[in-house]
Amino acid sequence: MLEKLFQKISLGSASFVFVLLIGIFTTLFLAAKPAIEEYGLGFLSDPRWNTEVPIAQPQSDADANAAAQTATSTDVAIQADDAEDMGEDEDLMGDDEDLLGDDEEGSESATKTVYGGLVPIVGTILSTLIAMIFAVPIAMGIAVFLSEIAPKNISTPVGIAIELLAAIPSIIFGMWGLFYFAPIIAETFGGYQVSLLTAGLVLGVMILPFMAAITRDSMNTTPDILKESAYALGATKFEVIKDVIFPYSKVGIIGSIILSLGRALGETMAVAFLIGAVYQLPEKITDPTISIPVAMAVNFGEAAGLGESALFYLGLILFVFSFALISFAKFYFLKRNKG
Amino acid sequence: MRLVVNKIVLALSILSAVVGLSFLGWILVTLVVKGMTAMSASLFIHDLVDNGLRNLIVGQFVLAGLASLVGIPLGMVAGIYLREYGNGSRYAEFIRDLSDIMMSAPSIVIGAFVYAVAVKPFDGPSGFAGAFALAIMMIPIVINTTDSMLSLVPKELREAGIALGASKYKVIFDIVIRAAKVGIMTGILLSFARIIGETAPLLFTSETSNYFTLDLTSSFSSMTVSIYNLANEPEESARDLAWAASLVLTALVLIINLTGRYLTRNKHK
Repeated sequence: MLEKLFQKISLGSASFVFVLLIGIFTTLFLAAKPAIEEYGLGFLSDPRWNTEVPIAQPQSDADANAAAQTATSTDVAIQADDAEDMGEDEDLMGDDEDLLGDDEEGSESATKTVYGGLVPIVGTILSTLIAMIFAVPIAMGIAVFLSEIAPKNISTPVGIAIELLAAIPSIIFGMWGLFYFAPIIAETFGGYQVSLLTAGLVLGVMILPFMAAITRDSMNTTPDILKESAYALGATKFEVIKDVIFPYSKVGIIGSIILSLGRALGETMAVAFLIGAVYQLPEKITDPTISIPVAMAVNFGEAAGLGESALFYLGLILFVFSFALISFAKFYFLKRNKG
Repeated sequence: MRLVVNKIVLALSILSAVVGLSFLGWILVTLVVKGMTAMSASLFIHDLVDNGLRNLIVGQFVLAGLASLVGIPLGMVAGIYLREYGNGSRYAEFIRDLSDIMMSAPSIVIGAFVYAVAVKPFDGPSGFAGAFALAIMMIPIVINTTDSMLSLVPKELREAGIALGASKYKVIFDIVIRAAKVGIMTGILLSFARIIGETAPLLFTSETSNYFTLDLTSSFSSMTVSIYNLANEPEESARDLAWAASLVLTALVLIINLTGRYLTRNKHK
């Protein structure tokens, strides 16, 4: 009796993961649906965000503000109408009001707010890329140092220290970056303190311990006998690393890099302080821009209607993309384990 | 020539290790120095409104504790299923992969999901929503550690139990779990340490509060979210408070981590 019951419960809990995943995906999709219907795939290549509404407005007094704004740009006579149209984008109950507005009078001078995802998408990709360019060589260096060069009484404590550093909350990295690292970078490279470059570098520092730890683990899987044979043939340490360890653990190392990449893509807090949070394509590496997680973190509170839906759309893109990326890395690992 | 190349490459490797470690050391030193200067005993007896951290520390623990209350049993039982009942089956493999992938899901997306299902339909941010988001973060981690700890228990132990006529349920609870107890404890501690430092899933689910509150139905004090808010403020005093809170948070995370490690270390001896 209990036996059966427990088996059912455990099966249920395991299935919960699947249900949860489907739930997250469906919820994001449904929440993003208005934006998906409105913009389609063109969202991905549209660099405009919240244009035609120069000042971001909280939803509560959206109507009043919208009215005030349209007054500056359009005829006062159709002011009320426009306010209704603005409501579509700014107000929670936008749909109803929009219908009303359309029914009363065809909205001729509709000032529509456009949301496009290109800037956050580019910002995410570029900041992650900078982080990887910075972190991969250093993480490789640390991993090689820990697994091959350092004597055991150094590599063990340093290894533990690295693993502990990987556990430090990412917001700490963000704060350090903002107050200590960004001024130095801005002085060295010019440009703004909050920029793509500083965000990418701090992101790189943040994923460094994680990447180094898991890369070291995959390097450590190389059987000693292979290394010893190579040394016996007169190979130098570098040749052993290059010709024995790297080829043997190549797949694992690539997997670790992709896992870290996935982590960097979805990272919010280390980047939020540093990327500048402006919807603007960076012309130089030292320009401020925005990434998907930061867009969500900064704008979610004040977004409503289509704006909120567009943020969910961005979240969905991030979710699907990182899901695909991590599955790919897992698949890589699995193939290796079975082979 | 080969020897020279060897020397150069090894030197580069050591150099990069030194560079990487010094960055990380720099962060730690900054944290400790800035945190200690802002630290005082009065921080622990006042709330954020009076420039203290008491409500934040309590709030963060309540959120993470509540998440653990849901996440740990659920994750453990699911992990038991994967290793004991469904082991080797295709379905178990599938769930195991999904859970591994969930472990790396962007935390802000989890926050957005919880916002859509638990904040928007109800009246705004709440402690429950925050704890729910953290529980979602936690479940895959607990599943993963339970699963791998159970896999370390030798098959012979299970067979011995079954040979004595014990039911599968008995074998799991009286033999397998006992054998893997320490490992599972460590896993739970590490996953707790992981979620207690999370900010992104809490940003718009629990938000934060300046006052001491135990009311889980409205905005709930969160240390991490408050650190984020404080650090964005222009006043020096707010930033100092943020550093002090960061130091407390990091110390907590590291202590929990070290405790977990210490437990497994004793086991191996």
